[in-house]
Amino acid sequence: MTNLHTELKESIIEQLNLEDMDPADISNDEPLFGDGLGLDSIDALELIVLLEKDYGIKLTDPSQGKEIFVSIDRMATYIEENRTK
Amino acid sequence: MEVKIYINGIGSISAQSGDLFSGDSARIYQENIFQAISPNYREFIKPMALRRMSKATKMGITSAKIALKEAETEVPDAIITGTGEGCKKDTEKFLENLLDQNEKLLTPTSFIQSTHNTIGGQIALNLSCKNYNVTYTQNSVSLETALLDAQMQFDEDPEIYSILVGGVDEISEKITSFRKLDGQLKSKSIKNLDLLKEDSTGTITSEGAHFFALSKEKKQNTYAEFQTLFIKNTIQPENINEEIEAFLKQNNLDSEVIDVVILGNNGDNRYDHYYKNLQQNLLKNTMQLTYKHLVGDFDTASGYAIYLAANILKSGKIPSVLKLNDIDSKTPKNILIYNQYLGRDHSLILLSAV
Repeated sequence: MTNLHTELKESIIEQLNLEDMDPADISNDEPLFGDGLGLDSIDALELIVLLEKDYGIKLTDPSQGKEIFVSIDRMATYIEENRTK
Repeated sequence: MEVKIYINGIGSISAQSGDLFSGDSARIYQENIFQAISPNYREFIKPMALRRMSKATKMGITSAKIALKEAETEVPDAIITGTGEGCKKDTEKFLENLLDQNEKLLTPTSFIQSTHNTIGGQIALNLSCKNYNVTYTQNSVSLETALLDAQMQFDEDPEIYSILVGGVDEISEKITSFRKLDGQLKSKSIKNLDLLKEDSTGTITSEGAHFFALSKEKKQNTYAEFQTLFIKNTIQPENINEEIEAFLKQNNLDSEVIDVVILGNNGDNRYDHYYKNLQQNLLKNTMQLTYKHLVGDFDTASGYAIYLAANILKSGKIPSVLKLNDIDSKTPKNILIYNQYLGRDHSLILLSAV
């Protein structure tokens, strides 16, 4: 697990108020929405803001989120490829 | 024909967590702003939903579910909420983010949840209730306005059978402190139980949620009958006795049938004369109770008075910490609740034993 993976998990826990959760409780390949972590559409909006604020990635098409917010692994890969800060 | 309305369930969250009717002592505070005692919200709200909610929403849903469970009602025909200042904590959070981030990159959650009708909406979501859902924000008659709507719904819609009505307000760091700047709170910290011994301006404040499951059906565990209520924005101090006499007359009653009056004295020597005028005149021979020394004064604090009145009518017990005078009432049948704030927003609520 890279530092980015841990950093992402810590940000998600803090930003989405996932009380009583530690980074270790989130698997890298676990689905973030639906049956996995159980995030919802409001969380998706929070994640879009998180990408822009922390990594300078602006999603112009919100439907891109469906492909990016699949898992921590997928998010980390996308951030590595597109980050501006 | 007017419909009879019964209180079949009550959920109460306030700064007093104990049951005064079972002999628990009143909780003591030494500050002028104090918090409501939180129950274990996880017993009522799923963790994934709970994580985003402010205290107002958590208190509202929890007290609503307690009231409905007690009334054995799964989904009410209407949800009517009163809140003076709504979800203040989320409002503050959103505004602080707005300033900190120079109006850019704002997250949606606190904005979405900063509206006054968040509480009623979240209760409906939690119950999967798609029925009539309205929130009233009318300062210190917010809960009373919600009750007035409930009364009209029962009177005018024969298909309405049960209504969930409640009042919720929370404290927040900045907006609540504005009351202090405005002189609405006492300038020096006092002991809450000494509130009415102080001869000074301002009061003490707190937060809470009170929901009532109202129904047309009287049950074995019904608390009381909700008779009627009256709201008036402005009353001249010298006219308060006449206004209440007129209210009673309109309901074919007189002051002698009122066994107990619950008054909203809040220790503010600029406005408590409204209550004192009544205490010394029209209701001088009536048992007088008070409650804001226990739960503070906030826009929907009268919900605690309704909780007290309903429990007195059901149990016949009157905790001594509430008493303002030495007159006794062995088996109260009619209880009148009178409240006002800063000399405005006067309300009268009449409950009767069943």
